[in-house]
Amino acid sequence: MRTYFDEEFDEDTAAPSVHFENVGVRYGMGPEVLRDLTFSIEPNSFQFLTGPSGAGKTTLLRLILLSVKPTRGLISLFGEDVSRISKDELTGLRRRMGVVFQDFRLLDHLTTYENVALPLRVQGKEESSYRAEVVELLRWVGLGDRMHMLPPVLSGGEKQRAAIARALIVRPDLLLADEPTGNVDPSLARRLLRLFIELNRLGTSVVIATHDFSLMDQLNVRRLVLGDGRLHIDE
Amino acid sequence: MNAPQPHLRKAAAQKAKSAEKRPLPASLSRNAPLVPVDSAGGQALAAVIAILAFLAALCAGGAELVSTSSAQWRSEIAREVTIQIRPNPQRSVEDDVARAVALARQAPGVEQAQAFTKEESERLLEPWLGSGLDFKDLPVPRLIVIKLKEDVRPDFGPLRQKLKKDVPGATLDDHALWVSRLSTMANTIIGIGIFLVALVLVAAGLAVIFATRGAMAGNKEVVEVLHFVGANDDFIAREFQRRFFRLGLRGSAIGAGAALALTLVMGLAAQSWRASPAGDQIEALFGAFSISWTGYVVIVLIALLVALITGIVSRLTVRRFLNGNG
Repeated sequence: MRTYFDEEFDEDTAAPSVHFENVGVRYGMGPEVLRDLTFSIEPNSFQFLTGPSGAGKTTLLRLILLSVKPTRGLISLFGEDVSRISKDELTGLRRRMGVVFQDFRLLDHLTTYENVALPLRVQGKEESSYRAEVVELLRWVGLGDRMHMLPPVLSGGEKQRAAIARALIVRPDLLLADEPTGNVDPSLARRLLRLFIELNRLGTSVVIATHDFSLMDQLNVRRLVLGDGRLHIDE
Repeated sequence: MNAPQPHLRKAAAQKAKSAEKRPLPASLSRNAPLVPVDSAGGQALAAVIAILAFLAALCAGGAELVSTSSAQWRSEIAREVTIQIRPNPQRSVEDDVARAVALARQAPGVEQAQAFTKEESERLLEPWLGSGLDFKDLPVPRLIVIKLKEDVRPDFGPLRQKLKKDVPGATLDDHALWVSRLSTMANTIIGIGIFLVALVLVAAGLAVIFATRGAMAGNKEVVEVLHFVGANDDFIAREFQRRFFRLGLRGSAIGAGAALALTLVMGLAAQSWRASPAGDQIEALFGAFSISWTGYVVIVLIALLVALITGIVSRLTVRRFLNGNG
């Protein structure tokens, strides 16, 4: 895994980061909540995933994260068909992805610093090798003086930023962010968007799920629009 | 650390000018466990493990006590051999006793051969027949007590043959039957002790399985987040193992410590009762009621074993749980 501030980036131009082919999902015996999804997310691309509440944005992100299995269709990540991958390969793929959850999913018993450093810690890295990097990122997202605090005492916006920092710390190949600016003021939202753009410039594919049109209007990029379980791509 | 992008560097510098001047401390991480199992359930598990370790340590200590005492009894009995000479009206019993003593002293491995006098032999009957009786007309058998040298187990075949030839009516008893019965009894008690320890360890393992499954269910979100940030099943299982091993070590240390303390207290109590009849019985059965250093080592090993079982079982349970849940 590359580190956040690595200068070098060997772009995998051959395979898309994500490719869906006629993917459908249903829960139990109910109707398909997502159907006939066919799209690709190219390396080093930037897109918004949008649609009304309940359209299935989070489900689509969970499909990419492989935490929800499709009931039909083919999904490949970084050129690899995921239908028959082993658990180790699944871990390898997830290490190439960063995710910002809508509900943050910070671990309440770890400090902000420890939460942001978590992806590096689970990779078995020594703290001395990433300490400065984590602190710098925390300062960049405005949490320099909050790094020793536990998430329950952080505000919604601070939790949001900590969750974003945790997703960015390993500078993933693919960043999935579910409503990443939902709890922050417009100026901080713009700043966070700039951070995502910068990350994209450094080679990361970015997917931001949002229904905040003011955020999307700041950037003229591809929009994946979900509605009635189907995907419409607005190039 | 690699150099940040210029604009990032600039922005970070603007944002945290003063903060950047401060040098970073050696560690910002508290090395906090990723899996919090020190909840009420964790404390209850530590208590269960403490009780089980206490019982296991008591069983092991008891078995060790019996083992040591029985070895002591056996060595004492095995070092003593008796020759019994039944009086024969056609022979002089005193001559037979003297001849048997002489033959016994010649036998290899014999340290001492001491004949009971007629009066001493008669006194042995007093508990059954009462004192003040005239034993003159009773054919009281005479006893010769032979003490063997330490760690020697001579072959009594030649001595038996010589006694049969030279002292008819003399029988040699090497207590082999007694020793064998004592060994069987002691081994049975030790076997039961080991079985109970094994049962307690199995119970500890089962308690850990239930507790781990509970902890997994309670920390489902933590496990999910760990998976999303790139942790594999083995990493998560190791985290659980580390937490449960510590819990197990704490519980088993308390349990084994309590068992050791109880043994010491009972040893002291046995010492203070030594003068009483009950104390004599206890001492006759269990010696000084103090376990040897082997006993202490066994108790400490059991504490470590319980902690190890706790850790390993929790790891296997987590692996199984994660495999079963995709």
